[in-house]
Amino acid sequence: MVVRSIQRTLQRGALDRDIALACLAVWLFGLSYGAAAVASGFPLWLPAAASLLVIAGSSELLFIGVVAAGGSPIAAALAGLLVNARHLPYGLALPDGVLGRGWRRLLGTHLMNDESVVFALARPDLERRRAAYWACGLGVLVAWPGGAVLGGLLASVVRDTSALGLDSVFPAVILALIFPALHDRKTLLAALCGAGIAVATTPFLPAGVPVLLALAGVSVTAAQRAWSRG
Amino acid sequence: MLIGGLGMLAAGTFAFRLSGPALRSRIRVPAPVSKLLEVAAVVLLAALVAVTALTSGHGFGGYARAIGVGVGGLLAWRKAPFIVVVLAAAATTALLRLLGVP
Repeated sequence: MVVRSIQRTLQRGALDRDIALACLAVWLFGLSYGAAAVASGFPLWLPAAASLLVIAGSSELLFIGVVAAGGSPIAAALAGLLVNARHLPYGLALPDGVLGRGWRRLLGTHLMNDESVVFALARPDLERRRAAYWACGLGVLVAWPGGAVLGGLLASVVRDTSALGLDSVFPAVILALIFPALHDRKTLLAALCGAGIAVATTPFLPAGVPVLLALAGVSVTAAQRAWSRG
Repeated sequence: MLIGGLGMLAAGTFAFRLSGPALRSRIRVPAPVSKLLEVAAVVLLAALVAVTALTSGHGFGGYARAIGVGVGGLLAWRKAPFIVVVLAAAATTALLRLLGVP
């Protein structure tokens, strides 16, 4: 059963190459994260444990950043949770049946992240959505902690990791992944409004809130829908 | 304290991941709403791209990263292979920093 599902997955050439490359990019981002954590004075186990238990890159970077800046770990966790609140609407967008049942559903839930959701939603039917979600989710489960640990080990060797430009990897990856969805003009308009709102409010609001406020951009699509129907 | 904060972040994140599908299986989502939820996911991701590309803390994140992500976006738009997009973004940022661009 498992072997057959892996074979079936492997037959979908192009899709799997994209997922593998996304996981490679996550690995690169993990490298920069682990390096940043150890370079700010944290023990290696912290990025290692966080990357396995949280698997949500930007919230982990924020958590470590807040504690490194002298904030309390509880405040840092609250900030990270604010950033991760977007997983609730992600879960609402995933069709029933992608996550599976029983213990598998628990693992599937843990694998919900920016990449696995975007690959799943880009597929036309449930079968392919489930395959893409699991392939990408499991890939990230290996690549993210793997990158973080290696990055933490490298940090003692390479002094200035920001010189490698790895902080551009995460936004570039997500941008490349959502491009196909942006060909739809209404989605593009909503995304541009949302991104504008998020950037404009970043100076004034706690981290994480601006990204959630971006959801107001969706009202543009809803309004257009009502207009074209009315 | 550090472990407590990490545990709180991990447990809370799992709760967010759990609540979306749990809510969805309890209510019937009509097709237009389900389409709108997919648009919402793309909007969240686009905002995440803009915030992580352009900002650092509460201020501007510097030109090197913004331009690097821009080059990656341009290549993605020109349908360049994924790995080219990723490497070009990192290489552009690294090169700009090497030249002294903040």
